Amino acid sequence: MSDAAGEMTGLVKAERHTINLGPQHPATHGVLRLVLEMDGETVERADPHIGLLHRGTEKLIEFKSYMQAVPYFDRLDYVSPMCCEHAFALATETLLGVRVPDRAQWIRVLFAEISRVLNHLLTVVHLALDIGAQSPSLWGYEEREKLLTFHEAASGARFHANYFRPGGVAKDLPMGLADEIWAWSETFPKFLDDLENLLNNNRIFRQRLVDIGVISAQDALGMGFSGPNLRASGVAWDLRRARPYDKYAEVDFEIPVGKHGDCFDRYLVRINEMRQSWKIIRQALKKMPEGPIKVQDPKFTPPKRADMKRSMEAMIHHFKLYTEGYHVPAGATYTAVEAPKGEFGVYLIADGSNHPYRCKIRPTGFAHLQAIEMMTKGHMLADAIAILGSIDIVFGEVDR
Amino acid sequence: MAEQDQQDAAGAPVAEAAPVDGFAADLTALPGVVSVFWQGAERVVQVDRASLAPVMQTLRDDERFAFQQCMDVCGVDWPQRGERFDVVYQLLSLTRNDRLRVITTTDEREPVPSVSAIWPGAAWWEREVWDLFGVQFDGLADHRRIMSDYGFEGHPLRKDFPLTGHVELRYDADEQRVVYDHVALAQEFRHFDFLSPWEAMTTLPGDEKASAP
Repeated sequence: MSDAAGEMTGLVKAERHTINLGPQHPATHGVLRLVLEMDGETVERADPHIGLLHRGTEKLIEFKSYMQAVPYFDRLDYVSPMCCEHAFALATETLLGVRVPDRAQWIRVLFAEISRVLNHLLTVVHLALDIGAQSPSLWGYEEREKLLTFHEAASGARFHANYFRPGGVAKDLPMGLADEIWAWSETFPKFLDDLENLLNNNRIFRQRLVDIGVISAQDALGMGFSGPNLRASGVAWDLRRARPYDKYAEVDFEIPVGKHGDCFDRYLVRINEMRQSWKIIRQALKKMPEGPIKVQDPKFTPPKRADMKRSMEAMIHHFKLYTEGYHVPAGATYTAVEAPKGEFGVYLIADGSNHPYRCKIRPTGFAHLQAIEMMTKGHMLADAIAILGSIDIVFGEVDR
Repeated sequence: MAEQDQQDAAGAPVAEAAPVDGFAADLTALPGVVSVFWQGAERVVQVDRASLAPVMQTLRDDERFAFQQCMDVCGVDWPQRGERFDVVYQLLSLTRNDRLRVITTTDEREPVPSVSAIWPGAAWWEREVWDLFGVQFDGLADHRRIMSDYGFEGHPLRKDFPLTGHVELRYDADEQRVVYDHVALAQEFRHFDFLSPWEAMTTLPGDEKASAP
């Protein structure tokens, strides 16, 4: 044996080979199977196989009433569930032609921004984790836990909220929650400063991210990029500004934009977006009026439990709403919101019955994941992981 | 930051942001455009399948339209129609802050020209439409399925495809592996239309007596 080992010196010629990354690998952020054609340690071709989490959400929604469809949206992008519900709620309201009360709109803005912070916290610390930094994830999770408590206080669930419904929100904020969120907002900038101190000028962090996975504005537009990934390439496009929905027209915020479109810019844009979300959260808390939190129409929003005990009519409305649901007039709409990951759209076709004829969900990550081949080509295998972490994909929504 | 300032100015309600009649006239003038209409506050263009590619190219490159992004491509199944599938494109113009929905029709056999050469990002959406509806795309380089399982048969989002599917997976203890089986429902599949009998029954028994004399 020792003779044989002695002969095996000299350069080994690495042939092109194919490796299979995932689907059961934590760095693939879910169930991505990435077939990589490697030349040595350089990625020549990346072929993502998706659909391993395909649950047929769109088909299922065709068989559910509009109210029953809402929880499916929590299970799409499970890192920012309320933003997915938001798109569906807005689409249904567009078709119904109802106007949601002011307080409900402000609550939605508030929780959409809390979702954004939740989402970006996870993305940023996971990106750091993917490239070997452990402590940011512990910090980030601690901060997320505080926000998830707000989620739970408002909706009763930490993740699958089922809170933004067509016509408003499910229930009003519990007493004292606004003060708690305000108290949290006092501490959050300090946390962000600490996080940035830990990462921004960290030598390893920079070496792993700067100039990795560069995508030009032109390519990003062509690939259908949106959200922070598009903004990191230098395109100042934000649906909250361009086509404000709910109360976004009344809040003051800035749109952070990157210059190079590399992984580091995508990280920086997300950090700065958290600061802007913080600003919006504080404005929402200040400007939120008292008042109803859903459309005051018994044909459409369920009655209060107390009314049902006394009023026969309320009882009938409750029964009808939870069996038949409401009918939505025939029509079609494509309604998109600026979800934390980008443009999350719902193309809803109603045929006048109590369930959608077709509900196409436009996930954000689908377009971003498609560009993975373009972005990883010529990079090392380890960079592919960094790029994957920086474009922020969640398979609940990619696969639907 | 010039772009951002422009968006500030354009941050008005949707109806104002979308230019009016002249734009519709420009669209109608394109060869291959069948009709231009509104669905609520959203503009829709019906395009003839044969001239889809040149129309899309114009929509992206012409200054008057400038739809830089194709955000979504999806199918819709209308089984009672002759050409049963709609293929729907959601276009977005960042410079003009406008959206446009382009619809073309096809059936199981006739391929739709692919727009993946115009917007590279459309390739995966088209693969998805192929997978879920069985619509073929002419010029799509990668025509594999994308959502469904390896070796899947059928196109699940067609209206005639059952919600439960045809096959299910289970672990076979004898064979020591996961196997496919035909779906066995413990209870018959039920889907209620919930239409109120009071609204659905337009003639009641005995109504004929009223008009008889």
